[in-house]
Amino acid sequence: MRAFTYERAETAAEAVAAVARTPGARFIAGGTNLLDLMKLEIETPTHLVDVNRLGLDHVEETGDGGLRIGALVRNTDLAADPRVRRDYGVLSRAIVAGASGQLRNRATTGGNLMQRTRCPYFYDTAMPCNKREPGTGCAALGGLSHNHAILGSSEACIATHPSDMAVALRALDATVETMAPDGSGRSIAIADFHRLPGDTPHIETVLGPGELITAVTLPPPRGGIHLYRKVRERASYAFANVAVALVAKVRSGRVVVDRLAFGGLAHKPWRVEAAERLFAEGEDAAADPIADLVLAGARPTEHNAYKLPLVRRTLAATLDTARQGETS
Amino acid sequence: MSSIATHPGRQPGRQPGGVPTRLRVNNRDHVLELDPRTTLLDALREHLHLTGTKKGCDQGQCGACTVIVNGRRANSCLTLAVMHDGDDITTVEGLGTPEALHPMQKAFVEHDGFQCGYCTPGQILSAVCVLGEIEAGIPSHVTGALTAAPTCSDAEIRERMSGNICRCAAYPNIIAAIREVAGGRS
Repeated sequence: MRAFTYERAETAAEAVAAVARTPGARFIAGGTNLLDLMKLEIETPTHLVDVNRLGLDHVEETGDGGLRIGALVRNTDLAADPRVRRDYGVLSRAIVAGASGQLRNRATTGGNLMQRTRCPYFYDTAMPCNKREPGTGCAALGGLSHNHAILGSSEACIATHPSDMAVALRALDATVETMAPDGSGRSIAIADFHRLPGDTPHIETVLGPGELITAVTLPPPRGGIHLYRKVRERASYAFANVAVALVAKVRSGRVVVDRLAFGGLAHKPWRVEAAERLFAEGEDAAADPIADLVLAGARPTEHNAYKLPLVRRTLAATLDTARQGETS
Repeated sequence: MSSIATHPGRQPGRQPGGVPTRLRVNNRDHVLELDPRTTLLDALREHLHLTGTKKGCDQGQCGACTVIVNGRRANSCLTLAVMHDGDDITTVEGLGTPEALHPMQKAFVEHDGFQCGYCTPGQILSAVCVLGEIEAGIPSHVTGALTAAPTCSDAEIRERMSGNICRCAAYPNIIAAIREVAGGRS
């Protein structure tokens, strides 16, 4: 690990000021991904500003009936929050589908959104990677790509975003609140927060330099059945090959899709709003026409073309699970 | 141990330009001056010589380095010691003693919940916390209704212990040990 200096901030304003005045500085929260990458010298901050004690570790109700989740709320606490379990089940389900108990105890809401791809070529410093070293090329394109993106990828990068939590937040239309180095705040729709790789895969979010996530807000509950189905290569503690986040209303055995987002397919959580409205109220949603729309424009590699049928089947299985429930 | 402690190049807790860090480990207070790069794992092993906590993968995948920080289990390899100023840490040395084993340690011995033993401290600390997490109603991937309390089933224990790898594959006996302690509580 490269040498760096360290300081602990007490307020968000102090933290953004500290990062702004030190070139090469980074925020550190849970550290579960950043430290991993620092050990490999893929991340080489000169200065770390510890944001663990900013007091942003509460889940509060908002005036419009939604929830405001502090950026430092740990993944375990968010998944276990009684309001999240009752009203935003897809979010609890997605969080506990990821990582391990130890990691979820440390990992934070803001940090989860900022985690980087687990593409093996990004991690292997002996290989070219446009995300790690812009302009060097993409080793995954001609390499082993069984768990890479099939949607929204580019000639420069076919990495996926690894988060489960972000997929649920995308389905729920969450908003990311931030503070800029000058202390000003802004709100970013989760749909706009993560970028597709294009020819700048090293730029993964729309955050500006030194901009700090302070909270994630959820709109009022939508009701319905909340499901998160994750397909992976072991029963637990593995990244998704395909994941489906579904919020649906079920009446008389007919599923009406309300929200639908996918993980494991792209450089960001994947949601096609038109696919949610394919079936009229009162019709029973069928997986294949929805999957056709979601997968339009898919560009699989020879190793990950299995994800095309897997999306269909995982969606069909998720709709079947929903169909067995009933909502008022 | 004493030869390490007195070696001129290895003076524990005394590094010029280090960050002063207070750690309460197993109910004893320590003040260390640490290079900011020192992980909590290395602070425990190299500076405090508490070598019960093991370094396996050193990248958060195996769970051998699991310790309890302020009552919650964490991978000590993926966190910096300086981030834990004032924190209360429990390692396997603080759980029980050879004369008075913690019930979980006793159950691992009785059920032969290990072969080589390298992952065992992490398994035991994780297991203690798993039972606490189930009691606290924290849901897992295999929990049925999210609004109901999780039960202490084999499936729940397996899922919650998935961050602790055992290359000897002592898993069935580990589950048996945890089940015994869980049964004794209810």
